[in-house]
Amino acid sequence: MTSVEIRGLNRSFDGVPVLKDLSLDVPEGEFVSILGPSGSGKSTMFSVLTGALAPSSGQVLLDGRPLAERPGRFAYMPQRDALLPWRRIIDNATLGLEIAGVRRAEARRRVEPLLETFGLAGYERSYPARLSGGMRQRAALLRTVVQERDVLLLDEPFGALDALTRTRMQQWVEGVWERYRWTVLLITHDVREAIFLSDRVYVFSPRPATVVKEVLVDLPRPRTLETVTDPKFVEIEAELLGTLLEERL
Amino acid sequence: MSPGGLVRRWSPPLALIALIVAAWQFYSAHGNLGEDVLPGPGRVLAQGWEHRGDLWTNTLPTLRATLAGFGLSLAVGFGLSVLIDVSAALRRALTPVLVVTQTLPLIAIAPLVVLWFGFDLLPKVLLVAFVTFFPITVALTEGYAAADPDSEALLRSMGAGRWRIFRILRVPTAVPFFFAGLRIAITYAVVAAIFAEYAGATTGLGIYMQNAKNSFRTDLVLAAVGVSAALTLALFALTFAAERLLAPWTRAGRDA
Ligand SMILES: Nc1ncnc2c1ncn2[C@@H]1O[C@H](COP(=O)(O)OP(=O)(O)O)[C@@H](O)[C@H]1O
Ligand SMILES: [Mg+2]
Repeated sequence: MTSVEIRGLNRSFDGVPVLKDLSLDVPEGEFVSILGPSGSGKSTMFSVLTGALAPSSGQVLLDGRPLAERPGRFAYMPQRDALLPWRRIIDNATLGLEIAGVRRAEARRRVEPLLETFGLAGYERSYPARLSGGMRQRAALLRTVVQERDVLLLDEPFGALDALTRTRMQQWVEGVWERYRWTVLLITHDVREAIFLSDRVYVFSPRPATVVKEVLVDLPRPRTLETVTDPKFVEIEAELLGTLLEERL
Repeated sequence: MSPGGLVRRWSPPLALIALIVAAWQFYSAHGNLGEDVLPGPGRVLAQGWEHRGDLWTNTLPTLRATLAGFGLSLAVGFGLSVLIDVSAALRRALTPVLVVTQTLPLIAIAPLVVLWFGFDLLPKVLLVAFVTFFPITVALTEGYAAADPDSEALLRSMGAGRWRIFRILRVPTAVPFFFAGLRIAITYAVVAAIFAEYAGATTGLGIYMQNAKNSFRTDLVLAAVGVSAALTLALFALTFAAERLLAPWTRAGRDA
């Protein structure tokens, strides 16, 4: 487990600033969400964290030490599921382990016990094209968590799902998270999703992205359908929506 | 496929072929060329069958040259596609040269290649490869470039290096492109082999056609043409079988 501190991150593309003095914290074992308008720079921040993109200035600290000294600590789930269509579900799930040099049989042995939890039992031999949107997202999430890295980076994992499937997935993720307590950084533009899942929510400004609000969500867990009608939930929702709508102007 | 589906699938091409054969037969019998110059399909078939032994012994070398040439073409096409994908400088250097090779008239090249490499298998293999490597190279190159950038970012985040990404992501992405290029290339392959034989050989369908023409046996020329067409069709069909086998996730594969 690891805590992440992002300190004064800046990055521009062709002179256009995309991240501007961006600072935030992801304490160990917390579920942290980022809310922000699309095009603000959320995915760009993930690219900096995975090392795909160098920041113009600022730094990322893992347990107080610079990112460069500690590579490969993040397990990343891209905005679209990015399942490889020519690999069966089991082989998509073991992809990260395979690249880490884990032998195939051993990789499968690690993934197989999780298939049930991820609602994929019986589908491990299927190609991704055969799966529903929700199952594909769970398969992509499985591929992310089995890497056993310290921090999960999830980029709008439920963005492409219909409302009902999305709600189901949120409840499912909340349940699984209670069990495993991963350190998670989640990008979303669904306010309710952010509150429902998180311990902490950051609101980003439109481009260039900077933190305009930080909210602690101290709603009890496990969270259920009743949680969303809790007066505290409603209050936080109003506060976050207000911030997002103001920022739009 | 259901029986109704089979009928719908196959009746249009069969009807068109029947129409062409009927027109051919009619023109051969009633046109002004005469049956010796333009023999009807019946006679071509009958004479082809009678000379099936000769036709077969001449088909084998052509088939051998086609397959060996195509094998070489696959190796060269893949090798070139890797070079082009690896380096932008190589890509800029290679592309115009490769395009120019495709503008050289075969009618001028084939006799030279025979002159340089003799009357055996080698010049035919080289010519078949020469004619067919280009669509394969282009298909593979464009296939690699179609790789999903999100998947590439994912693999990088997992710690994959360039070669790993090429193998795990870019090559599989290119597979359906490759088969499209393969089907274009394969339709040239038999014709190229026959052309190479025409330019100089001791056996093969090309030589058979030449000899038949020189002895005014137009029926046997056409019979050999029929064999070469059948060969091309068979190879074309094989590409679909291969795609089903090697790429079960693609549409062609899923229909299986
Ligand atoms: N590689 C790049 N080159 C140029 N501009 C980019 C690049 N990546 C992202 N951008 C720009 O940065 C901005 C933020 O993009 P992104 O981080 O994907 O937004 P978000 O994920 O918040 O929707 C967008 O305006 C986008 O056009
Ligand atoms: Mg994004």
